[in-house]
Amino acid sequence: MTTTVSDARPNDAGGAHDADAQAKARADARSRARRRRFTPGRIAAWIVMIAFLALTIFPFLWMLRTAFSTTRALPTDPSSLLPVDFTWGAFKRVLGLASFDEAVAEGGSGAAVNFWLYLRNSFVYSTAVTLGQVFFCSMAAYAFARLRWPGRNLVFGIFLGALLVPPIFTSLPNFILIKNLGLLNTLPGMILPTLLMTPFAVFFLRQFFLGINREIEEAARIDGAGQWRTFFRIILPMSVAPVTTLGILTFIATWNDYFWPLIVGNTENTRVLTVALGVFRSQTPAGSPDWAGLMAATLVAAAPMLLLFFSFARRIIDSIGYSGSK
Amino acid sequence: MSASTVADADVSTRGRARRSLRLPTGRRAELATALVFILPALIGFTTFYLVPTLRGIYYSLTEYNLLGSPTWVGMDNYVKLVHDPLFWNALKVTIWYVVLNITFQTTIAVLLAVLMQRLTRSTALRGALLIPWLISNVIAAMLWFWLLDYQIGLVNQFLDWVGIHRIAFFGDEVWAIPTIAFVNVWRHMGYTALLVFAGLQTIPNYVYEAASLDGASEVTAFRRITLPLLRPVLAMVLVITVTGSFQVFDTVAVTTRGGPVNVTRVIQYYIYQKAFGEGQFGYGSAIAVVLFIILAILATLQLRLLRAGDSDLA
Repeated sequence: MTTTVSDARPNDAGGAHDADAQAKARADARSRARRRRFTPGRIAAWIVMIAFLALTIFPFLWMLRTAFSTTRALPTDPSSLLPVDFTWGAFKRVLGLASFDEAVAEGGSGAAVNFWLYLRNSFVYSTAVTLGQVFFCSMAAYAFARLRWPGRNLVFGIFLGALLVPPIFTSLPNFILIKNLGLLNTLPGMILPTLLMTPFAVFFLRQFFLGINREIEEAARIDGAGQWRTFFRIILPMSVAPVTTLGILTFIATWNDYFWPLIVGNTENTRVLTVALGVFRSQTPAGSPDWAGLMAATLVAAAPMLLLFFSFARRIIDSIGYSGSK
Repeated sequence: MSASTVADADVSTRGRARRSLRLPTGRRAELATALVFILPALIGFTTFYLVPTLRGIYYSLTEYNLLGSPTWVGMDNYVKLVHDPLFWNALKVTIWYVVLNITFQTTIAVLLAVLMQRLTRSTALRGALLIPWLISNVIAAMLWFWLLDYQIGLVNQFLDWVGIHRIAFFGDEVWAIPTIAFVNVWRHMGYTALLVFAGLQTIPNYVYEAASLDGASEVTAFRRITLPLLRPVLAMVLVITVTGSFQVFDTVAVTTRGGPVNVTRVIQYYIYQKAFGEGQFGYGSAIAVVLFIILAILATLQLRLLRAGDSDLA
């Protein structure tokens, strides 16, 4: 999990600093207008930027081009920008729609790929972890941010300390624990360790809850609402944005997770997409890997994340680095 | 952040004082509620973070192959580790990877962030740079495994066309680690650039205006203003990326699997092989303890050297 402390920044930069932001935007606009001349420096800068954009985007186009090619025909024209011998075959193979003979004819291994099962596992794994973690962590974050109780800062400090422990260090004992619980190679065994909390999620949400106006809570309490009602009816609805952001980040991180599902869920029935892709890659004959099939599989596995990104692009980008300019 | 915590504590103490005049609920009542609220997280924390950390240290002092119970062996695993050439090799390989990965990633991220700030505020552009971060390490590794393939990979086609010898990027002893470092730089450069970009936004524009009035060039402004004022953010980014890159695993596991001849057997892959391949959970845990200690020392050093806490703006 590489999401970071600065993810929590949208909060500080929120409403209170609107005036500042506007003043800054104006100043920016002025200096931008001054800078917008076409100097050689600016042109060079754009060239560098475009080169990096190309480096970022081009591999994906190549992925697409390969996925629509016929594996057996690939060596005949390895640098063609368009698919070589266009076919839907690779996708059919990955989705299990091609017969054995068809698959082998196009250069696939012919081994059965249970793509839909892996997709389902990835969805169950990521959704359960996301829902549980976001819900339980927002409860804990509320207690850390808004309730007064002895030992609060100490317990929060210990929680934060867990951020320093590298995941590999806890995954060996956790593996043994899951095994002793008899949950090895089951979805619950994969889900359990991150279902209830991660230090990052508690920290992230606490920062947001600290920023909510106390008067609203007090008004609710005077009206007779208990802590539960205050939390469910007022705090949570007011925090839809940060809670959703955390949910999206958690979902992406869990979907892309490889190490943990590999060690506790590497059987046919519990395999998630990342682990399955690793297996798919090692199944292909060493001499001539089924590149088209491999690229089609990675495309299909990445598609849900790309869709999620295109639906929530601004929210995700802002959560990583709040720009202060809208 | 620490400032806001203190401020909040003040406000809430006052708030509570006022409230307790009006309402009979006291600290004790809130403690009960608080316990209910943090109970699930507390169970998760204790079961899957706190106890495993302690057990990890305990396992490192035992011999344990999952059958039966751990046998206490004291410091044996650590003695064995000191004399294990493969461990030292793993450490060396990992450090080489981290140096390459962090140097290029940080330089490119700062460059991209400054370019973004100077050229455009386009969200589309930032979004495009972030796409590699959204796909998993496994997919990024496969994609480059194909692009860098020796026979029909696009990059080698290009090298052929230019007239340079083909390179077995993943299969060559010299190239394997730089190639893996490159794949991970490619995946993380946009993400890291956005972190740095966020840091750049905290530098007030008037500093640059004053510098340009004084006749400072862009390069001088970058060296004398941007870099020093970016230090706290860079320190955080470095701690996070160094910690992450010491735990490189996915890319190695789906491409080279430690080879050729150990040159990509990084620490986490070595732990994985010892524990899950050879059933040596005690020894694997000992290596993990060493990794943990290295990371803790590095984080402390980095924060201290870069004086992360204080900003030059104050």
